[in-house]
Amino acid sequence: MKLRGKAWKFGDNVDTDVIIPARYLNTSDEKSLAEHCMEDIDKDFVKKISKGDIIVAGYNFGSGSSREHAPIAIKASGISCVIAKDFARIFYRNSFNMGLPILESKEAVDDIKETDEIEVDIDTGIIKNITTDKEYKSNPIPKFMQELINSGGLFGYAKKLLNI
Amino acid sequence: MGMTITQKILAEKSSQDEVKPGDIILADVDLAFANDVTAPISIDFVKKLGVEVFDKKKIALIPDHFTPNKDINSANQCKIMRDFVKEKNVPNYWETGEVGIEHALLPEQGYIKPGMLIVGADSHTCTHGALGAFATGMGSTDLGFAFATGKTWLRVPETIKFNYTGKKNRWVYGKDLILYTIGKIGVSGALYKSMEFTGSAIRELPIEERLTMCNMAIEAGGKNGIIQADELTDKYLAERGVKKEDYTVYKSDDTAEYSNIIDINLENIEPQVACPHLPENTKGISEIAKEDIKIDQAFIGSCTNGRISDLREAAKILKNNKVAKFVRLIIIPATVDIYRQALKEGLFDIFLNAGAVISTPTCGPCLGGYMGILADNEVGISTSNRNFVGRMGSSKSFLYLSSPSIAAASAITGKISSPEEVLK
Repeated sequence: MKLRGKAWKFGDNVDTDVIIPARYLNTSDEKSLAEHCMEDIDKDFVKKISKGDIIVAGYNFGSGSSREHAPIAIKASGISCVIAKDFARIFYRNSFNMGLPILESKEAVDDIKETDEIEVDIDTGIIKNITTDKEYKSNPIPKFMQELINSGGLFGYAKKLLNI
Repeated sequence: MGMTITQKILAEKSSQDEVKPGDIILADVDLAFANDVTAPISIDFVKKLGVEVFDKKKIALIPDHFTPNKDINSANQCKIMRDFVKEKNVPNYWETGEVGIEHALLPEQGYIKPGMLIVGADSHTCTHGALGAFATGMGSTDLGFAFATGKTWLRVPETIKFNYTGKKNRWVYGKDLILYTIGKIGVSGALYKSMEFTGSAIRELPIEERLTMCNMAIEAGGKNGIIQADELTDKYLAERGVKKEDYTVYKSDDTAEYSNIIDINLENIEPQVACPHLPENTKGISEIAKEDIKIDQAFIGSCTNGRISDLREAAKILKNNKVAKFVRLIIIPATVDIYRQALKEGLFDIFLNAGAVISTPTCGPCLGGYMGILADNEVGISTSNRNFVGRMGSSKSFLYLSSPSIAAASAITGKISSPEEVLK
């Protein structure tokens, strides 16, 4: 699967409180959550992005709370993928569970500039910068996570485990 | 090769003789819980599968974040939980009037025992490692999976050993030790790793301060924080009617492998304050008190520091003193038992005489939910665990983290202050 869109850049330690502030956590509705995605770090974020765009960020993306509302808000806002240097661990799990593609690549993050056109091949982990005609590799997705995806995510895995 | 406490628990729970860092295991869960923010998605997962919960005694539903219901949406979230509890006849549910903050309530009520594997849909689930359990936070879907199957998948973490020695200085608590530690290693200093707190100073540390330390393991990116159970743990559990034969105490082997060992001498640690907007931005009180940082609000409470010992420490400072003009002091006992105990000991009189307001148990302001939100450009000091942008309200506010005694002293002087300034 290939994803394509403009890059929107963020620094290190983008936490779940700025991805989706707790004042909006009185619902799990994805549309309501998406309206406030990144609002406390960039209040125009939702307005300026287009469907398919990609978040490119530094270290420890998604740090803080266990709220699954964070990857839900990002995905529902139209963002197709997050590329970061690394991820906080609960956010990492949650993204797989929510079906938000995430990739780790230090070289891509260092080289990509805001609004560069980016293409990501989820199957190979190759990230292409269409604007500068460069290519970057991402860290391979761990085998177990790949299996989890193949069995239909955690829901499919639960069904398999419970024989239903 | 020897194993750490964390490895031993994970090996036991996945029916293996040995596990190594990096192994992926499917482990049995002893306790799985969620709150009013996270539970509705977990419940939806179970309902879509169309199954019963794996063991209704091993799950808990704790409506603590926005209760008493702060608005219609929150009330609806709680209703989803309550309906599920009624339908599945789940015993471990606490209604408003009984409920407290999950990470204070569960240990207090004797639900947490050494050697258990605990998962919670809340990042501060790592608190429970203070009693020698493996406890980690996850998202709602992972919790839904645990509710349905009784299992969770885990990557066995590397462990960093933190060895604390020496005697605490005056006004230094578990809170200061963990803030100092996060200041030293940074907010991703323990990313994906287990943080094992050990050393002679930990053995002397009261259980409530151990809970505070493990509570903030996540603020260094840690998967869990853990402290080997000892006599203090046994005593704490015995007071809650938990018998010694009902739990297993695991100890790290001398030959266990650590990814890093960090020695910290308490004699070098003075009371700490974390500055905006990260818990790693720590400074000693002597340095920050010179900066003349005026505050608008002080909050004493949360799963980090809303326990009875925290309230007692705050009361020592607040007794016969008044909160500064135009400063709000909000005190929230973390559970009903703590609330009742504080009332019985006369702490409420001290708080009220000082000009503080006391709320019923809730997570409320810690995460900017309600009951004490900061306005634009306001400055707060809080005994909670996070000071991210907008954490306690406006994205233009500034939040400092500290122990209850510094928060209380600052409320009195109106600026970030050492307790020494008040108790001259």
